[in-house]
Amino acid sequence: MALNSKVPKGPIKDKWTDYKNHIDLVNPANKRNIDIIVVGTGLAGGSACATLAELGYNVKAFAYQDSPRRAHSIAAQGGINAAKNYQGDGDSTYRLFYDTVKGGDYRSREANVYRLAEVSANIIDQCVAQGVPFARDYGGLLDNRSFGGVLVSRTFYAKGQTGQQLLLGAYSAMNRQIARGKIEMFNRHEMLDVVKVDGKARGIIARNLITGEIERHSAHAVVIASGGYGNVYFLSTNAMGSNATAAWKIHKKGAYFANPCYTQIHPTCIPRSGDYQSKLTLMSESLRNDGRIWVPKNMDDVKAIREGRKKPTDLSEDERDYYLERRYPAFGNLVPRDVASRAAKERCDAGYGVNATGEAVYLDFKSAIERYGREQAKIHGIDNPSEAKIYELGQAIVEEKYGNLFQMYEKIVDQNPYKTPMMIYPATHYTMGGVWVDYNLMTTVDGLYCIGEANFSDHGANRLGASALMQGLADGYFVLPYTIGDYLSGDIRTGKIPTDTKEFDEAENEVKSRIDFFINNKGEHSVDYYHKKLGKIMWEKCGMSRNEKGLKEAMSEIKELREDFWKNVTVPGNADEMNPELEKAGRVADFLELGELFAKDALERNESCGGHFREESVELDGEQKGEAKRNDKDFAFVSAWEYKGEPADAVLHKEELEFNDIELKQRSYK
Amino acid sequence: MNLTLKVWRQKDESSKGRMVDYKVTDISEHMSFLEMMDVLNEQLINTGEEPVAFDHDCREGICGMCSMYINGEAHGPDRGVTTCQLHMRMFKDGDTITIEPFRAAAFPVIKDLVVDRSSFERIQQAGGYISVNTSGNTQDANAIPISKHAADEAMDAATCIGCGACVATCKNSSAMLFVGAKVSQYALLPQGQVEAADRVKNMVAQMDLEGFGNCTNTGACEIECPKGISLENIARMNRELMKATFK
Ligand SMILES: Cc1cc2nc3c(=O)[nH]c(=O)nc-3n(C[C@H](O)[C@H](O)[C@H](O)COP(=O)(O)OP(=O)(O)OC[C@H]3O[C@@H](n4cnc5c(N)ncnc54)[C@H](O)[C@@H]3O)c2cc1C
Ligand code: SF4
Ligand code: FES
Repeated sequence: MALNSKVPKGPIKDKWTDYKNHIDLVNPANKRNIDIIVVGTGLAGGSACATLAELGYNVKAFAYQDSPRRAHSIAAQGGINAAKNYQGDGDSTYRLFYDTVKGGDYRSREANVYRLAEVSANIIDQCVAQGVPFARDYGGLLDNRSFGGVLVSRTFYAKGQTGQQLLLGAYSAMNRQIARGKIEMFNRHEMLDVVKVDGKARGIIARNLITGEIERHSAHAVVIASGGYGNVYFLSTNAMGSNATAAWKIHKKGAYFANPCYTQIHPTCIPRSGDYQSKLTLMSESLRNDGRIWVPKNMDDVKAIREGRKKPTDLSEDERDYYLERRYPAFGNLVPRDVASRAAKERCDAGYGVNATGEAVYLDFKSAIERYGREQAKIHGIDNPSEAKIYELGQAIVEEKYGNLFQMYEKIVDQNPYKTPMMIYPATHYTMGGVWVDYNLMTTVDGLYCIGEANFSDHGANRLGASALMQGLADGYFVLPYTIGDYLSGDIRTGKIPTDTKEFDEAENEVKSRIDFFINNKGEHSVDYYHKKLGKIMWEKCGMSRNEKGLKEAMSEIKELREDFWKNVTVPGNADEMNPELEKAGRVADFLELGELFAKDALERNESCGGHFREESVELDGEQKGEAKRNDKDFAFVSAWEYKGEPADAVLHKEELEFNDIELKQRSYK
Repeated sequence: MNLTLKVWRQKDESSKGRMVDYKVTDISEHMSFLEMMDVLNEQLINTGEEPVAFDHDCREGICGMCSMYINGEAHGPDRGVTTCQLHMRMFKDGDTITIEPFRAAAFPVIKDLVVDRSSFERIQQAGGYISVNTSGNTQDANAIPISKHAADEAMDAATCIGCGACVATCKNSSAMLFVGAKVSQYALLPQGQVEAADRVKNMVAQMDLEGFGNCTNTGACEIECPKGISLENIARMNRELMKATFK
């Protein structure tokens, strides 16, 4: 099937308006007769549910947690972007569009990103009206902060809990519709397959996670908003339940999967401390504004530190290698996420990691504390302040800026980061790849939509901070409600979709036989055993830097692991009860397929771009020597994979990317 | 560390539960409490037993899902944290640890340590929102200035993660801290004032209907709340309710 992005014609700034002027509308009386299923109630799904119900459709919403409020979106810390230009610092729709396309290393779809920038301002209005308590300045107006990779202050925030507050806002809008009966909420339900009738998505099969019952639900359209697949790495900053199942199941039923190898590795996470570890905790990127990153220059010092004979504070400045400042004098510690992550890994691979596992670098606030301390002493008119006084004054400033993060670090690591440098290491964070969608956010299956982190369209090969929340809410509140109406206008006479048909029978049988297999296969290894092994292969061979040999190995190792899984996995308990191990088994089975496609996609993309560094594609000389080398001539496309059975047999379709409003340029941080 | 765990096992809502003893060995003090539970579960799976079901997701103290009652305290002995943020360094080698589900009539046990907190959802559906159309045609966000103080205070109330520790720890199983936090967030902001009276009345009525007890000002909820929600929110809710009733 040829890919058609359905991007409207005309100048970029008029596309969305013209589009809205010409789509077919559904009369309110007819909306009452139309059902929509939304899988996932994070920011993307929650906002979509609320708006679709507001418009008059009947919405059935599904989430695996016990409440929409617990979706992974709750964890987002830093903020949400919007081109409001409240600060008068030159922001505009175009500038937000430009920053996002450039930040994504020119691998996103221009028209989608422009629309995102265009509706971004509405998001803030909407959320404020819902009672989201964004930070305010003393004049009572909204406050903004700045984030990496941009030159304006356009990030709105609610302390370090922006995702939480935005989600609670969307959830309250949902609650209003649940109370009115327009949304039927299915908590603790997991979608396990999509049902197609005459080529159109017409329902899902879900498991009630409390009773184990397998249920059929029908609708005129199905929307997937199930979040990202970062947990394919086992260790990540994602919530434990985050998974790829919904996205993967629709892929198997005909939805193309785009750019699976685009993963964001976030540079400032708390390192792993042992093999028992279950997840990694993110420390906001804003810390790099004041922290300096280093490892010891000499191997002897590394050893001494690891063995506890020396403390980092024992090393003088010239015994330290401030490697980011050394390699990137212009940007220093503020290089983008992909560059900072790779540089940390390079030092640790060379043996300079500072913790027991050898996977940590220092993030040091000493200079900042001293600098702020001296400044404060001046402001307070203290002559010849003692070192202790300087430290005290400086610490107060750092505490004001990052107090909650320092506290979180101390809780986890049991070290005081005001006194000794923090240890950080990169971790898998956000997946830019996902289900392929056209301009309407529809997948390659009719009537099947995908929004939020689960789709692929807006971030290219690297996502800028504070843009994921923006995309989720833009899709749910402002884009999907229009585009889905255009499709549903053809369904006003269809009537209820029956669930007692052979299509539902087949899908249900498939789901049931898989569950039966897990329960009856008395193997010898737990699900986690396989998940951890997969994570290790992914991290080592499909992680921050990749090469042909490693990727080929990864493909065959994952395949082998998958075969072993289907022979030797064990799942205790029964199918007709709450059974968390059974839930995990299904999710890991899907990761074991997705992982292989991931490696195949990375192998195919023989260029370095965004968070994805291909060792064969580096700048060989000039100022950029040793840096990632993008190849626009051969790779300015989206890879969209069609399922053909084994992941290795997937067929590649290319959506060529057009850039009419932005010039493709090299990114340099020297 | 080597530990003895006394864990509540219960097949489903209608079955009778009981405490079962388990031993875990080689626990690192750097583990979180939930990672220690992972070790226990891995051990149970390897010996063919059913692992202990417990709720969790974000594992960074923000989703409100994890909910254990440890040694007689909601979320265990550390202050201001959820169970996923509780670290094993709070315990000593050889300790015996008692682990139970949150207990309250309005939170029935689903299995082992998992309880049903959907009563919280229904309270919010009774009015915990602002009736604004989600069409994108709302006025500009800066059209109504809000004082920094009010915004910060609303934010403090809004940080409640809906974990239910306040209920679990209260001798009356009262949900007043949770509901107070919700009511306060909206009471402190100009948006949605037109429906303020109905909101508080409906939420409180639903809270009573769900079978939560009354507040007798013991203050245990405030002490156990992982997000530092203060009793002031209960007082504000009561004031709002008075205002609404005698309007
Ligand atoms: C620690 C952290 C900090 C972050 N900080 C920021 C930030 O500051 N700014 C920013 O812009 N972004 C940030 N992000 C990224 C951002 O939070 C996410 O990309 C975004 O919230 C994803 O939203 P979503 O609605 O697409 O998915 P999610 O919020 O993950 O929601 C997924 C939903 O799908 C449901 N679901 C999944 N599978 C199934 C199934 N099979 N059946 C039924 N239901 C299912 C879940 O129950 C859930 O409701 C951060 C991410 C993390 C991890
Ligand atoms: S008030 Fe505190 S203890 Fe109660 S639900 Fe909210 S966060 Fe949990
Ligand atoms: S798992 Fe989310 S708060 Fe503990």
